[in-house]
Amino acid sequence: MVIQICIGSACHLRGSYDVIEQLKSFIAEDKLEDKITLKASFCLGHCGEHVTMKVDGEFLDGVTPATVKDIYINKLKPAALGA
Amino acid sequence: MDRVFDTKVQVLKYSVLKSLIKRAYESEKSLELAPYEIPKEIVPGPKTDMRCCIYKARAVVEERVRMAMGGNKDNPNIIEVLPVACDECPIASYYVTPACRGCINHRCMDVCPAGAIGIDGQAKIDETKCLNCGKCAKACPYKAIIEFTRPCITSCKIGALKIDEDKKAKIDNDKCVMCGACVYSCPFGAITDKSFVLDLVDILKEAEKTGRKVYALIAPAIVSQFKYAKIEQIVEGIKMLGFHNVIETAMGADITLHKELNELKEVDKLTTSCCPSFVMYIEKHFPQLAKYISHSPSPMVEAAKLIKRTSPDSKVVFIGPCSSKKHEYKLEKTGGAVDCVISFEELQAFLDARDIDVSTLPESPLNNASFYGRIFAKSGGIAQGVSELKEKYGITKEICPIALNGLEEIKLAMLKMKAGKIPENFIEGMACVGGCLNGALCLHHEEKNVRDVDKYGQMAKEKDISGSVALYNMTLDDKN
Repeated sequence: MVIQICIGSACHLRGSYDVIEQLKSFIAEDKLEDKITLKASFCLGHCGEHVTMKVDGEFLDGVTPATVKDIYINKLKPAALGA
Repeated sequence: MDRVFDTKVQVLKYSVLKSLIKRAYESEKSLELAPYEIPKEIVPGPKTDMRCCIYKARAVVEERVRMAMGGNKDNPNIIEVLPVACDECPIASYYVTPACRGCINHRCMDVCPAGAIGIDGQAKIDETKCLNCGKCAKACPYKAIIEFTRPCITSCKIGALKIDEDKKAKIDNDKCVMCGACVYSCPFGAITDKSFVLDLVDILKEAEKTGRKVYALIAPAIVSQFKYAKIEQIVEGIKMLGFHNVIETAMGADITLHKELNELKEVDKLTTSCCPSFVMYIEKHFPQLAKYISHSPSPMVEAAKLIKRTSPDSKVVFIGPCSSKKHEYKLEKTGGAVDCVISFEELQAFLDARDIDVSTLPESPLNNASFYGRIFAKSGGIAQGVSELKEKYGITKEICPIALNGLEEIKLAMLKMKAGKIPENFIEGMACVGGCLNGALCLHHEEKNVRDVDKYGQMAKEKDISGSVALYNMTLDDKN
């Protein structure tokens, strides 16, 4: 699974660095480095209210530093393990 | 335009660039005719206040057009003298002005060691005998004798400018570090920097066809420049030119600072690598000190490499206040990370050629770098970063930084360093006095510009370089 996180100015201001750091630590805790690749990208062209994230090419909405843990547990981790 | 730029020479340069860029977007034919038509556009006649006659004024503008189109490709220097434009500054150093009363004392005659002064109603200096020592000027109680030097010669602190046999300024490429001080100082604009705006037009046109992403890397000094608009509007304007995104070079500065902190752990003394003119000065004038130059790539190169790791087929264009960066980006050591460099002056011309009035635009956020990266724009910024972050980044030995502000200070310090007598071990050097915020290709040069840079630094979301460093490490891990 490839997760792209926007690090452009708008997403940075909405906490994208924090989202990246949280995801890095979750992935490390679960030892999923082989299954999940994190990538940074300057503007994915989907600027909205939250941090822009793409999972295997699909946009995933509603990502913020506050929601990223839930998203990881409920969506990203199961999908990565299922793949 | 007078309010945007400091000088009328800048406005002239801008007018040429703007017309050229417009033509490049119109048609190939229009661009071909640029050297013949732009001079007539700018000097329509029948009179001109720029030169003795319209024909000479047009000839000078034609030289400007050639420089705007890239200049002499065989000359590796970014700075060139325009031969027609540089012609009439007197050479002799001391002049007797009408303030001379032809007094009885003639102190000027008494102090002259060469017997070069005679009195004929007023003092007269025999130029063939004069040693240019200046004693007469100091001795005259009326201050009637003045020193005259060419502004270009005064501006060049490293002796890279000479006057040739035709009385034209001549740049010694073995000494010149391309800081651009002479470009800004010549009141006729007879020395100027090569422009690569046409390369940028090609890059943007190709991107429009192919969908390639072009990133603008903006130097932190930009916050002190476009005073008629907000920085967020400038960002929006740059995007409207066809750039995919605008990134702060200061993000690269965060990474450069981190690398320099690491280097400091290993070496006795370190000179900074961010100012290409400082690096070039050591290489050309003090080659024996080149071993102390930091191996960390400059912020421009570091940021460009980071962008290309996240977006491999993209192009990166640096926009800054610096003539020397126009040389640096072509150096082999940069690995082609940067595809083009333009100046703030050229950005203004580009925006206007495309009819983009940034002051009317919505705001687009800009926040990629830390406080420390952003203050790289001022003299003392890097030294401050090293002082404040050294403990956090594991430097246990004593760090004694010095900020060399301008080439004059750099010259003195390098002489001391060569003699083994410089006590400091972290040596920041900026060729332009004040730092990049006073760079030669800034729109304007005001002392209070430093306040804008400080304020902008405070506005950074990241207070420390760790965020940029984490991203740097993350992108290095990218396998693709």
